[in-house]
Amino acid sequence: MHITQGTFSYLDELTDEQIAAQAQYGIDQGWAPQVEFTDDPHPRNVYWEMWGLPMFDLQDAAAVLHEVNRCREAYPNRYIRVTLYDTSRGRQTTGLQFIVNRPQHEPGFRLNRQETHDRVVRYTLQSYAAEAPHGSRYDGEGA
Amino acid sequence: MAATQGSDRQKARLSSGVIPYAEMGYYNADYEPKDTDILAAFRVTPQPGVEATEACAAVAGESSTATWTIVWTDRLTDYSTYQAKCYRVEPVPGSNPPQFIGYIAYDLDLFEEGSIANLSSSIIGNVFGFKALQALRLEDLRIPPAYVKTFQGPAHGMVTEREYLNKFGRPLLGATVKPKLGLSARNYGRVVYEALRGGLDFTKDDENVNSQQFMRWRDRYLYCMEAVNRAMEETGEIKGHYLNVTAGTMEQMYERAEFAKELGSVIIMIDLTIGYTAIQSMAHWARAHGVLLHLHRAAHSTYTRQKNHGVNFRVIAKWARLMGVDHIHAGTVVGKLEGDPGMVKGYYSTCRDNLNPTDPDRGFYFDQDWAWMPGLFPVASGGIHAGQMHQLLDYLGEDCILQFGGGTIGHPMGVAAGATANRVALEAMILARNEGRDYVREGPAILKQAAQKCAPLQAALDTWGDITFEYQSTDTPDVVATPTLAG
Repeated sequence: MHITQGTFSYLDELTDEQIAAQAQYGIDQGWAPQVEFTDDPHPRNVYWEMWGLPMFDLQDAAAVLHEVNRCREAYPNRYIRVTLYDTSRGRQTTGLQFIVNRPQHEPGFRLNRQETHDRVVRYTLQSYAAEAPHGSRYDGEGA
Repeated sequence: MAATQGSDRQKARLSSGVIPYAEMGYYNADYEPKDTDILAAFRVTPQPGVEATEACAAVAGESSTATWTIVWTDRLTDYSTYQAKCYRVEPVPGSNPPQFIGYIAYDLDLFEEGSIANLSSSIIGNVFGFKALQALRLEDLRIPPAYVKTFQGPAHGMVTEREYLNKFGRPLLGATVKPKLGLSARNYGRVVYEALRGGLDFTKDDENVNSQQFMRWRDRYLYCMEAVNRAMEETGEIKGHYLNVTAGTMEQMYERAEFAKELGSVIIMIDLTIGYTAIQSMAHWARAHGVLLHLHRAAHSTYTRQKNHGVNFRVIAKWARLMGVDHIHAGTVVGKLEGDPGMVKGYYSTCRDNLNPTDPDRGFYFDQDWAWMPGLFPVASGGIHAGQMHQLLDYLGEDCILQFGGGTIGHPMGVAAGATANRVALEAMILARNEGRDYVREGPAILKQAAQKCAPLQAALDTWGDITFEYQSTDTPDVVATPTLAG
């Protein structure tokens, strides 16, 4: 399976040059870039781990690419995303977010159905990977 | 007539007979609108022989305190406060029969806090049937922040919706299930599943999908939520289906909304036909229960479309923001339904921006300050397809919902392929725009290039690439070709 969270998940994996161009777009809007990673890709897992603090006041996207690559070296087999945060009044939210790294194998999700009253079903989405403890969820990954 | 008896208003108020509206204080060219006044711009077409100022004063009178004759009980009130005042009348260039824009100020005391029913009963009440006018149209309303702040506003708003859904930096994608009537609940859910797993964020009930004999609401909700959850399993993304809760009574609507919530739906929908008070009630329900609220503007064209009579859609959009919905259909520019580009941009700005400055090209007669009330998502729906993606992004921006109904479900390779074509076209266009490319001019080439790696997009371009809907809009700005700075 291929998780389609983030803005460019229906396109080919972005090249480093494309990643830098998107980061630069955000920086030019006045947004703060941040690199985040996780081994729990549940769509309602909001809080991915922060690879350092948001890079406020950054001018050059080269620094974003540098951090992306450092994060990739440390966690080659996890999901990594770039988030560009818009601090302007009335927004104060993410302006753009896209995935820049994936595990080699994405096992996906199991949909659990709990049958209850009157044909009502309660649905729960469970990540297969998250059944293992943090740090040992994807093949070939160290702690 | 009483009108000739002189300018002494006190005296005139004691004289019996038909009201001379202008003289009675409903026209006052010296009046300076207060920051807290509600201001209206009416397009007035007087009957032959009726003076423009008298016609506009009559609109002010009939939409505020006046009745057709003089009543002595006026004198028991501080009536000059409660009288609406027409403070400016401007002829519309080139109109025949002659039209005038009448600017009218209403004191805030005239209106109950937080009630569009009350506001609209005054401002678009009896006055629209007034015999001295051939036609009347409410073009715009300036809602002062003092009144804005008496409304809940969008149940969640655009920013919160994006955070709930975890989707940023691009328009959201949707589709209305077709055929809208006749499918069984089980078959209907199939379309939902295919469209969502293919790449759309939302699918939607149509406005007249309520609870008919071929598909009762409860069955539809159960099958649609199975489809939504299956699509989430396939993609790892949050998905939703706008479950229409429109019904004959509030009690039925609450029952349906509660069931949608119990099933875990992130969103429900209502039709404009349920009425303003019902919309406000559902908006309060939606905020209390963390469920997004979509509004389908069913029936609006019966009163928004004709240029000389009715209510401009921008007023309905303003009311929608106050009433508290999270989505409203607001036109496409390029699709099959009515909409001049400047006017549609104005509707979108009304939904999204904090300030709407006066701008004749967008149809704004006043500065509108929303006092940071959250914006809502405008929805583009009706006759749009992937081949127009560059134009849609250019006209409508990224804070909107693009709904490709036929453009998804009519895809020759199937519903999921249609959805994928739309998503790939959108992401390719956002990527190109952010890279600084001239995406409007290069749009067709960008799509062609993306289609080389996406057979469904190629098929969509082959099927619909040449389809456009080029008709003259009926609702266009009055602006003359070369407006002057003084104008």
